[in-house]
Amino acid sequence: MSAHSHDHDSHDHGSFRGYVTGFVLSVILTAIPFAVVMGGGFDSRALTVLVVIGCAIVQVLVHMVYFLHMNSHSEEGWTLISTLFTVVIVVIMIAGSLWVMFHLNTNMMPQMNHDLLPIGPQS
Amino acid sequence: MAVPANVETTFLFGRLTLDAIPKDPIVWATFVVVAIGGAALVWALTKYRLWGYLWHEWFTSVDHKKIGIMYMILGLIMFVRGFADAIMMRLQQALAFGGSEGYLNAHHYDQIFTAHGVIMIFFVAMPFVTGIMNYLVPLQIGARDVSFPFLNNFSFWMTAGGAIIVMASLFLGEFAQTGWLAFPPLSGLHKSPYVGVDYYIWGLQVAGVGTTLSGINLLVTILKMRAPGMTMMKMPIFTWTSFCTNILIVASFPVLTATLVLLTLDRYVGTNFFTNDLGGNPMMYINLIWIWGHPEVYILILPLFGVFSEVTSTFSGKRLFGYTSMVYATVCITVLSYLVWLHHFFTMGSGASVNSFFGITTMIISIPTGAKIFNWLFTMYQGRVRFELPMMWTIAFMLTFTVGGMTGVLLAVPPADFVLHNSLFLIAHFHNVIIGGVLFGSFAAINFWWPKAFGFQLNQFWGKVSFWFWVVGFWVAFMPLYVLGLMGVTRRMRVFDDPSLQIWFIIAGIGAVMIAIGIAAMFVQFGVSIWKRNENRDLTGDPWNGRTLEWATSSPPAHYNFAFTPVVHGLDAYADMKDAGAARGQGKYLPIHMPRYTGSGVILAGLSTVCGMALIWYVWWLAALSFIALVGYAIYHTFNYDRDYYVPAEEVRLTEEAHARQMAQGA
Amino acid sequence: MSTPSTQPAAYWEVEPHHHEDGASTNIGFWVYLMSDCLMFAVLFATFGVLHGSYAAGPGPKELFDLELVALNTAFLLFSSITYGFAMLCMARDDQRGTLRWLGITLVFGLLFLAVELYEFHHLIHLGAGPQRSAFLSSFFALVGTHGLHVAFGSIWLVTLMVQVNRKGLIPANKRRLSCLSLFWHFLDVIWIGVFTLVYLMGMI
Repeated sequence: MSAHSHDHDSHDHGSFRGYVTGFVLSVILTAIPFAVVMGGGFDSRALTVLVVIGCAIVQVLVHMVYFLHMNSHSEEGWTLISTLFTVVIVVIMIAGSLWVMFHLNTNMMPQMNHDLLPIGPQS
Repeated sequence: MAVPANVETTFLFGRLTLDAIPKDPIVWATFVVVAIGGAALVWALTKYRLWGYLWHEWFTSVDHKKIGIMYMILGLIMFVRGFADAIMMRLQQALAFGGSEGYLNAHHYDQIFTAHGVIMIFFVAMPFVTGIMNYLVPLQIGARDVSFPFLNNFSFWMTAGGAIIVMASLFLGEFAQTGWLAFPPLSGLHKSPYVGVDYYIWGLQVAGVGTTLSGINLLVTILKMRAPGMTMMKMPIFTWTSFCTNILIVASFPVLTATLVLLTLDRYVGTNFFTNDLGGNPMMYINLIWIWGHPEVYILILPLFGVFSEVTSTFSGKRLFGYTSMVYATVCITVLSYLVWLHHFFTMGSGASVNSFFGITTMIISIPTGAKIFNWLFTMYQGRVRFELPMMWTIAFMLTFTVGGMTGVLLAVPPADFVLHNSLFLIAHFHNVIIGGVLFGSFAAINFWWPKAFGFQLNQFWGKVSFWFWVVGFWVAFMPLYVLGLMGVTRRMRVFDDPSLQIWFIIAGIGAVMIAIGIAAMFVQFGVSIWKRNENRDLTGDPWNGRTLEWATSSPPAHYNFAFTPVVHGLDAYADMKDAGAARGQGKYLPIHMPRYTGSGVILAGLSTVCGMALIWYVWWLAALSFIALVGYAIYHTFNYDRDYYVPAEEVRLTEEAHARQMAQGA
Repeated sequence: MSTPSTQPAAYWEVEPHHHEDGASTNIGFWVYLMSDCLMFAVLFATFGVLHGSYAAGPGPKELFDLELVALNTAFLLFSSITYGFAMLCMARDDQRGTLRWLGITLVFGLLFLAVELYEFHHLIHLGAGPQRSAFLSSFFALVGTHGLHVAFGSIWLVTLMVQVNRKGLIPANKRRLSCLSLFWHFLDVIWIGVFTLVYLMGMI
């Protein structure tokens, strides 16, 4: 690491433009799911869920890029690698737990109302 | 029984009453011995005026080498405690036949097996592993310290604080009687109303903070502090395994912390995460804790895989066979270790699809481990193998660990696991890998790097006595447990009905006694070596003809490690330097920038420990007070901006010239 | 092994190898945030598994007030951009501007906490406290942990304001402000998960 590369190194504080862009996008991506749900949702529940989750994922990415200044070159790429690793572990952990516990409940507590259990459709 | 029936809570002392002092004569005898020993220690430290030395040179030290040594000492002390628990269990199980109740009541016995597991994993294996990594990683990557030296000191004292909390349970109240992972609903308030589980929770939480922070610290150290030229694929293999270990620590200990927080809320606030009432689900705890628990297994073993690699290549006088495959195997294990956790509870009832998935991933994870064994064997092949103590431990490891790994693969088959779950077969399996891997590895490391750390070699004779008693004792102690497990004997039993089983427990007990002799011989080895240290001086700093950068320093290394920063061109950087005749740097000495020692780590960890003890005993005012003091002191600490200083060039010159004279004398 | 240039100088750097002060801080703090993220993952997983276990008690539709959640989300979003402005002032070495924007950020953070405390108080008042059902236990644990983080961040923010005021925008303080910036924006990312999975999904 040469001493001259610091402008683009760890001291990336973003720009006014970047923050405002991120903010506007976030407001839009927050307003859409709130509006959809508060307005009673679409006829198809699956579509509502899709829109809400989709907006959340996009908004997380917006925050990562515009507020947390993630990119592939900061800290020689380790920021990005550690984030991707964490995302993989988080997905394994949450999806795995839901999968495991759902099967447990189905097998071991068949008398329970499965509509109230995770993953399954609700009321 | 030590559990008071109805504990009244007072404002001043919470639920701490005189009844909290155990009435058990065994505990009393232990207490007397510990009290006399402790008093003698305090007296000796005072008489020889060592308190100041200890405080200024060790307790407040931010030097990664001293912190590493303190971790090892903590591990050794706790190892004695954990082993005392082990031999008590062996004795109880060898006696309790034919209507005999043995000598331990159920309340005491249940605490012993819990304490044994908790102490051996969290306060023996973890300090050993962390200590070895702390000592070696900065040296191997050519750095002068870790990235966050103060944090390192704090982490150590948090681990020590956790150990103190667990040890306090011996003489004040009780420890958990739940097994080492404290599964609910047994660990819930309903079944464990007294302080045992609270000791468990707060002991692990305090130590867990230390472990997580030390993981972050070492991880960043490896990322940012490598010597120029040392790319990732030129890192020594021990540094690689440490890197993966610290990834696992950072990415799994928070899971333990969060899970224990939920259990704490169940016990203190009355929530219903893991209760049987109001929708709680105890199996969720088991699911979560094993998401931490399986990576933990690899946290323990991976650094020792690195140790064995270094030892094998050094004592075979060759490069490690298949360095790249070793690195990829380690990385594969790191990721795969997150995909196998359910094999610890196949019998939970998640059904065929879930069980077969986790059974298959478990079998897959054994492949990279097997690849490593072959790498070590091929490194030895056609090498000029020197059978020094570190190498002997390594060969014992290869034989022992392979057997342990094989029985693990047996357990990975869900139908077989349904038969063997919670049996002594499982106990034999994991002792086979943990003793054969983690402990043998730690002993190899101690014998290998002791001359580096202290400047003199360890005694060979007592080392060999220890080795043979340990290895033979291990096999005698644990093979009977495989047999018993296959016969269907379950773990954690206090008394037995079937007299035909007794002989196996007696054999296992004999093995435990042999291990005890091995441990005693190890302490004799340390004592004799220190006593006769002048006969075994290591003057060169490179007693084994080492291959990595730690051997380029003097023994023991100067507190700044390297006067000049090494430049790395390939693997086995120091072997390259020796080949090129550049084993020592030369030039004008310059001042060296180093972090200052500080007592803040001790104070912060001390306050955390007090807070933990207050929460255990429901002394709410003290908990609140110590927590506020903790936060307040932490903030106060951040107002201190003056944290480093320069070692004068003259001091560096004198130190380095003294070492040069020593080397000339040794050569 | 077969390095062509074998003069000793090639193996040791005699010139001082200057590690930039605090060069590890940024990545170190990032790694800490990743570990914190996994702690939240446990809470999300627990909520995911237990979110239907009402134990015959109230469910999300009886309890949640989306307008309040929207208000709180707005507070956090505003605090994010005001913290961003503070960072821009810091990059320009504008100490007063930095302190002003940090102060505004703090106000938004405290407003968020106030609304959350009000919501918790309200739920407990309704008899829907964390003890009522596994669903409510996991709800309070997840949302409460996020709230505790915001509270901790606020204490940190005040500390940093005092330190900037005393010492000015020296490199050490700039590093600390960058770390808190990561922390603050990270909490915003977690909040996206919370309002989506807990509140919005609960109301669908």
